[in-house]
Amino acid sequence: MSWLDTIIQGILLGGLYALFAAGLSLVFGIMRLVNLAHGDLIVLAAFLVLLLVSALGLNPFAAAAVALPVMFALGWALQFLVLNRTLGNDILPPLLVTFGLSVVIQNGLLEGFSADSRRISVGALETASLKIGPVSIGAMPLLTFLSAVGVIVALNLVFYRTPLGRAFRATSDDSATAGLMGIRAERIFATATGLAMMVVTIAALYLGTRANFDPTMGPARLIYAFEAVIIGGLGSFWGTLAGGIIIGVAQTVGAAINPEWQILAGHIAFLLVLVVRPRGLFPRAVD
Amino acid sequence: MALLETHGLTAFYGDFQALFGVDITLNESETVAVIGANGAGKSTLLRSISGLIRNVPGHIRFDGGEIGALAAPDVLQLGITMVPEGRRLFPSLSVEENLLIGKYGRVGNGAWSLDTIYDLFPVLKEHRHRPGTALSGGQQQMVAIGRALISNPRVLLCDEVSLGLAPVVVRDIYAAFPKIRATGASIVIIEQDIGQALKVADRVYCMMEGRVTLTGAPTTLSREDIHAAYFGAHAR
Repeated sequence: MSWLDTIIQGILLGGLYALFAAGLSLVFGIMRLVNLAHGDLIVLAAFLVLLLVSALGLNPFAAAAVALPVMFALGWALQFLVLNRTLGNDILPPLLVTFGLSVVIQNGLLEGFSADSRRISVGALETASLKIGPVSIGAMPLLTFLSAVGVIVALNLVFYRTPLGRAFRATSDDSATAGLMGIRAERIFATATGLAMMVVTIAALYLGTRANFDPTMGPARLIYAFEAVIIGGLGSFWGTLAGGIIIGVAQTVGAAINPEWQILAGHIAFLLVLVVRPRGLFPRAVD
Repeated sequence: MALLETHGLTAFYGDFQALFGVDITLNESETVAVIGANGAGKSTLLRSISGLIRNVPGHIRFDGGEIGALAAPDVLQLGITMVPEGRRLFPSLSVEENLLIGKYGRVGNGAWSLDTIYDLFPVLKEHRHRPGTALSGGQQQMVAIGRALISNPRVLLCDEVSLGLAPVVVRDIYAAFPKIRATGASIVIIEQDIGQALKVADRVYCMMEGRVTLTGAPTTLSREDIHAAYFGAHAR
């Protein structure tokens, strides 16, 4: 494997990590909520897609399209009915509640689907690849990366070009004054979490089609997501993509040197960025 | 019937009583000034009307309906908007976005749009893509007023619009009030700058220590009456 190939595979892997992280970044950017159940929600969405594929015989991409509104509704209700009650000056309640939610989701999935590893098959796409010069690019990794870029572009458009995005930013700045503009913070937060769950569903599609997954693998995805968000700068979507790419490239380079170093190399890259740029590479001007 | 009225309005911050049975009325197309020193309860009065403080003892009626229990977004939908003390612009929004956010919850029929607000405060158009909080204090106050106007309110509540601004800037901002009034909006102005408030108001309420101590048309009130009501003692 050439170094060029290694780096390109790392960039494509970074797309998957950016998808893990984008929803987390959206929620944190708007309401400063650290959702410790984010990784488990990705796994939950993967099982939902799997269920739709196996029960209804849907194509995985069609199953994800069906799962998107379901996950939006789940996220909206979760935020509106549960997480909004935890928001305030104390950061501990949301941490405790989302940690508890993480435990509930993992055990619920274990009960419903057992501890067996699963995978969502996409047929011939799994092995399809493009040959560009000396580099061979897998169709699914490329699709993952393009989806990540698409999600980041879409989130930026919503955030910076729509009335809803203005309401997101205004509520994040000052929710009391936003109320004077007719913005109901509790509904804005619920909509943000609903959107984050749609991104989670897209991440789950690629998680489930590219590798095996089981009910207990959520917390590890959460760590990659956190690292990508923090490397990029809290609340920056393009920064989140950059963070995902840095972790992805570090992992593939680490693995090329010694296969045992793959995961460790990603964490070391995260720590190095944290030492050099404690606020991340692209911190928001207003925090 | 008054458009907006409070009757026996009482408010507390913990054990501290900020309002003691305040009665004020605002009629259609009228401008009312509420003057008083720091701590007189003026801002608490506006915060109660706008829904930032809810369920206070007493009555707040708009168009004959009780609104004291409504949250700020519900009060806005009725057509009552507020220019909050200290402007409170959103730092992550540009000038134009700060204006546009004002019609997120309500788009009433009326004269006000982005274009007419730029006509009222032309300097804002020049700076429309800059962050709202990068402007001078006076320009920020213009954004805050424009943000409240863009939903075409029936009642505009203005809390200390002159606070911290140079006199020449205050004059520019107060020059806009006759134009705002001409569109039919009723206005409540909370002020410490008595001179400016008396120039634009049809009626004045003077408050001291949570109570209304004087009411009347500016032309009928003597300087001594106002000083006595404002400071609690007759001026020499």
